[in-house]
Amino acid sequence: MSVHVAADRDLCVGAGNCVLTAPDVFDQDEEGLVAVLDTDPAAAADRVAQAVDLCPAGAITATGGKTP
Amino acid sequence: MLTEDLPLFPFRSPGDNPFTPVTGTDLRHLDGPVTRVRLPTGGWTWLVTRHADVKQLLRSDAFSADMSSPNFPLLRPAPNGPRNRSGGFIRMDGDEHLRLRRMLTAEFMIKNIRRIEPLITDAVGSSLDALAAAGPPADLVEHFALPVPSLVICHLLGVPYADHAFFQQRSAILLDQSADPLKLRDAIGELRGYLADLIEARRQQPAEDLIGRLVTERVATGELDAEELIGMSLLLLIAGHETTANMIGLSTLLLLQHPEHLAALRDDEDLADGMVEELLRYLTIVRTGLPRLARRDVDVGGHTVRAGEPVTALLSLANRDDDVFAGGDDFDPYRQAQQHLAFGFGVHQCIGQPLARAELRIALVRLVRRFPGLALAADPAKLPQRDTSIVFGLAELPVTW
Ligand code: SF4
Repeated sequence: MSVHVAADRDLCVGAGNCVLTAPDVFDQDEEGLVAVLDTDPAAAADRVAQAVDLCPAGAITATGGKTP
Repeated sequence: MLTEDLPLFPFRSPGDNPFTPVTGTDLRHLDGPVTRVRLPTGGWTWLVTRHADVKQLLRSDAFSADMSSPNFPLLRPAPNGPRNRSGGFIRMDGDEHLRLRRMLTAEFMIKNIRRIEPLITDAVGSSLDALAAAGPPADLVEHFALPVPSLVICHLLGVPYADHAFFQQRSAILLDQSADPLKLRDAIGELRGYLADLIEARRQQPAEDLIGRLVTERVATGELDAEELIGMSLLLLIAGHETTANMIGLSTLLLLQHPEHLAALRDDEDLADGMVEELLRYLTIVRTGLPRLARRDVDVGGHTVRAGEPVTALLSLANRDDDVFAGGDDFDPYRQAQQHLAFGFGVHQCIGQPLARAELRIALVRLVRRFPGLALAADPAKLPQRDTSIVFGLAELPVTW
């Protein structure tokens, strides 16, 4: 099941874990802060969940999909 | 319990096993996930050792990283007056921290690190040549592990590498918990003075390096003052010298003692990323953990930490937590270790981690390819450890080939 992804640039500290974990969903903009490439990724639910978990600043949320 | 009766922290590795972060005796003193330990400065701190608790604590704004607060869990008396703290954003909280850190996020983002990979490869190549010329046998720490990150960070910042002996000696003092306070003060003063001169030179003659860019884009616009830039540059210079160097040295020793993993890395470069994560987890070189101070009452691991109490997140034991890493005391390059906390967690998580990962991957792969017969040239149980440093590592690693 797909998830809806949102990221809060005000919280982001630019560590880039999200980009490493799910490069098809997250990128870093010219300031090095998170940019969501795909807000409703079809197939990346596990990796999105991992990115949420690995984000040190709690800047990413994923809603919908499998209930944890 | 009286403070005098508590176990003394920081713990040390057994002298003959640099991979074990805590001796069995010290481990037995820890009778739960959150325990009190005594500090060399006379105070005490709550030691937090479980992976989940460490994550929660480091991500929570209930804890302050500002070491100037009374009761902050210091390992040695604080040497610095306000001027010496200026720009050192790893010891700041909230907006003040974020403002300075944000000025660097673009510099260290993954895309930019990919762009400078050729530079890292060159630094690794020239250091391998220097190692080859120095032996066999030769000290891998002196001729390879230290020069690689030193060359890279000097280049990125725009600091002349010719002065590397000067920084290396002084950054070692800055990280040594047992350093004499006067020597420490001098080392900080000399480094700040050196960087002040460099910044002044950039002001007169702009340059396309990190310090040069900050001078042109932030100092000139009034967003950053020169003292802050000195502090930021100092932080990057020290972190750039000491962390990756110790990871390269310890990682090499580990691979030499596990020839099967060394051979696997040499034959299959695709293994490198996973192996680097596992090395980061297993070696966790910030062995003294991360100090914080509670701003309000918080529950950590079923235990109430009261406002004003000191807390230390012990990354090395959290990274061995069996609940997250099955068989955590075993090195397994095939496990998924991405959840490790070797770079810390929360808003202070290492900003240089994409750079550190790239340096480790390129350095280790090239080393094992260039020297297929690499072998230890000393008794592994007697290698000198840098065990009073905040960043753990080997002082020497004699190798032959
Ligand atoms: S992992 Fe979190 S803090 Fe790091 S870049 Fe992504 S959103 Fe920002």
